[in-house]
Amino acid sequence: MSAFQPVRGISAIHRLNPIAKLAAPLLLAGALLLTIDWVSASVALALESVLFFRAGLGLRRFWLRTLPVWIAAPFAGLTILLYGRASGHSYFHWVFMNVSDGSISLAVATTLRVLAIGLPGVVLFVTVDPTDLADGLAQVVRLPARFVLGGLAALRLVGLFLDDWRSLELARRARGVADRGRLRRFASQAFALFVLSIRRATKLATAMEARGFGAPIQRTWARDSPFGWREWVLVLIGAAIAAVALTVTIVSGHWNFIAG
Amino acid sequence: MSSSIPAAGVTARGWGWRHSGRKAWAVSDLDVRIEPGERVLLLGASGAGKSTLVHALAGVLGGEEEGEQRGELLIDGRRPEDSRGRVGLVMQDPDSQVILARVGDDVAFGCENLGVPREEIWTRVAESLDAVGLRVPLDHPTEQLSGGQKQRLALAGVLAMHPGLLLLDEPTANLDPDGVVEVREAVARVLDRTHATLVVIEHRVEVWRSLVDRVIILAPGGGVLADGAPDAVLGTQGASLAASGVWVPEFPPAAPIRVTAPTSERLLATEGLSVARSGSGVLQSGIDLSLAVGEALAVTGPNGAGKSTLGLTLAGLLAPAAGRVAAAPRLANGIGSHPIRWKSRELFTRIGTVFQDPEHQFLASTVRDELAIGPRALRLVQPEIDARVDELLTRLRLETLAAANPFTLSGGEKRRLSVATVLATRPRVMVLDEPTFGQDSRTWQELVALLAGLLDEGCSIVAVTHDAELVSALATTTLRFDSRTEVTA
Repeated sequence: MSAFQPVRGISAIHRLNPIAKLAAPLLLAGALLLTIDWVSASVALALESVLFFRAGLGLRRFWLRTLPVWIAAPFAGLTILLYGRASGHSYFHWVFMNVSDGSISLAVATTLRVLAIGLPGVVLFVTVDPTDLADGLAQVVRLPARFVLGGLAALRLVGLFLDDWRSLELARRARGVADRGRLRRFASQAFALFVLSIRRATKLATAMEARGFGAPIQRTWARDSPFGWREWVLVLIGAAIAAVALTVTIVSGHWNFIAG
Repeated sequence: MSSSIPAAGVTARGWGWRHSGRKAWAVSDLDVRIEPGERVLLLGASGAGKSTLVHALAGVLGGEEEGEQRGELLIDGRRPEDSRGRVGLVMQDPDSQVILARVGDDVAFGCENLGVPREEIWTRVAESLDAVGLRVPLDHPTEQLSGGQKQRLALAGVLAMHPGLLLLDEPTANLDPDGVVEVREAVARVLDRTHATLVVIEHRVEVWRSLVDRVIILAPGGGVLADGAPDAVLGTQGASLAASGVWVPEFPPAAPIRVTAPTSERLLATEGLSVARSGSGVLQSGIDLSLAVGEALAVTGPNGAGKSTLGLTLAGLLAPAAGRVAAAPRLANGIGSHPIRWKSRELFTRIGTVFQDPEHQFLASTVRDELAIGPRALRLVQPEIDARVDELLTRLRLETLAAANPFTLSGGEKRRLSVATVLATRPRVMVLDEPTFGQDSRTWQELVALLAGLLDEGCSIVAVTHDAELVSALATTTLRFDSRTEVTA
């Protein structure tokens, strides 16, 4: 379960409302998706990198948690490099693959973009506690409580599903059916897990109902979900980075509207 | 905890409930009055509708699409659905009642739903956790609690809603002996503070006997079979209750009689064995044991000590963390001596495993097919498969259920089926993980008699168990693991 566990700590970032941690990178992503060029993403990445060290993660955790982004970015770039829209001089051409001036610059832009969008998203999100996020979604964003709390309770079952999966695996070996095709076994095991999870979810739903969940009463919230100036600062930082990146791009003539 | 919350009274007038799609009424013609502050133990044979009644009182039976209602069931003169917060329900399965990730939040959940103001919620949370004796920090992760602690957490969550009626549906059935005591003491303390009305279902009478002042026995055909003071009711009805599966201390189930004595012909042994779940730390080490024909080894000790892990390791399902598990030639029968290296198809004719949760090991959509899976994997011919299946159906009283889906069986039937699936391939060694958890006394007696018969026929058994009666009825050797410290703050 360690992959799901939020990183805890005492620095300011850990106390910020999760909605702000969600909003800032979303804002940045929205802006960076308007244009595809290497300048905007580089500027954003440069500005972000100053902030990563204040994100309350520590170096080791930073690299560990962001590793998927570092792997995904060059692969995304490689795909664009080989299959992206060709223009200018072509360096390598084989069936559908075509490496050209155009695809090289698109590939660089894509790689940087995945990093510039992915890294802040991951860095901010690993410090989010699911319960705090649910509080924020219900109290700040005002999503329906039924939906938010249902999701939150279901998330807790994930750990039980992992245990169930392991037991199902052992039970199949014990029943003498673990030698046959992997794919078939996986399918039957997945179905069994599905049945078990529905039963668990039904019991959980009854337990929640027994505690008044879904009653026609105005619900209160035991935990506050404050959204104050600190949160606005984080959102503004996101907006500022986006604005600077786009301005530099437009001024330097690299603006390349994505739909264009 | 303030005792100013009035206790709730219950009135049933000709009440009945039929689950949709069923012919028979789960409960019918119930006329009963429970006064505020009474403490009632609700008994009855399995299928008498105890859980249905308690769920109805909790208002969680569902609407018209879930079933049909007859007569009246009222709490302080109001329908249960309109009495939210007046009634608190604690159920059997500890894992399915934890709602949130942190202890404090979980207790606060019910209060939030009832619209209690924030400041008052946290006062109630503190009071409730204190009342159930759960002394952990509010941000303690709920997934790290033991079974007994989880049940006390559920009790605290209910208590924080300030109910006038406390409903407990077999709250200790899945717990080890320490957990049972923990929960009973917590309930006693809560009742002393709140004076709430109590209705508890439990088929182990002695757990609650000293705490209740009234026993109501539901009749399987509808209505009430007996009702009155515990000693009076148990005195007149004890024998018939025991026959219907209720654990009555004066009428314990019969212990089996072994015909043949254990031999010294060894089947399985360990040398310097250490056990661990894959990817986690070693739980126990330096285990040297051996298992001979006709022997029953009981592995006991508190939760988390590594009992189940040892069971799975002996069963050839988990690799030893160190040391080895060696099958004697008599068991290995021509293949290597390391069970973990055997193929699945080689393993299940030699060592059979009955899992704690029978649902984990069901593979087919009917009871008959479930039993045929093993013989079929052995590539037996159809007549031989049918013969084995029919024999097991008869022996374990499952004939009438041959076409039923295994998941729809009752707890006792599921347990019998899971044992039968293992017997179908006739392994010499059987590993059983908590085989008697949640079983009524009748199923218990049948199961223990069956196991004794297998031992007499030359099998040997490893049973991971908390059940002292099982140990004294069957075990020829006992291995006790010492405690690992429970999480408290």
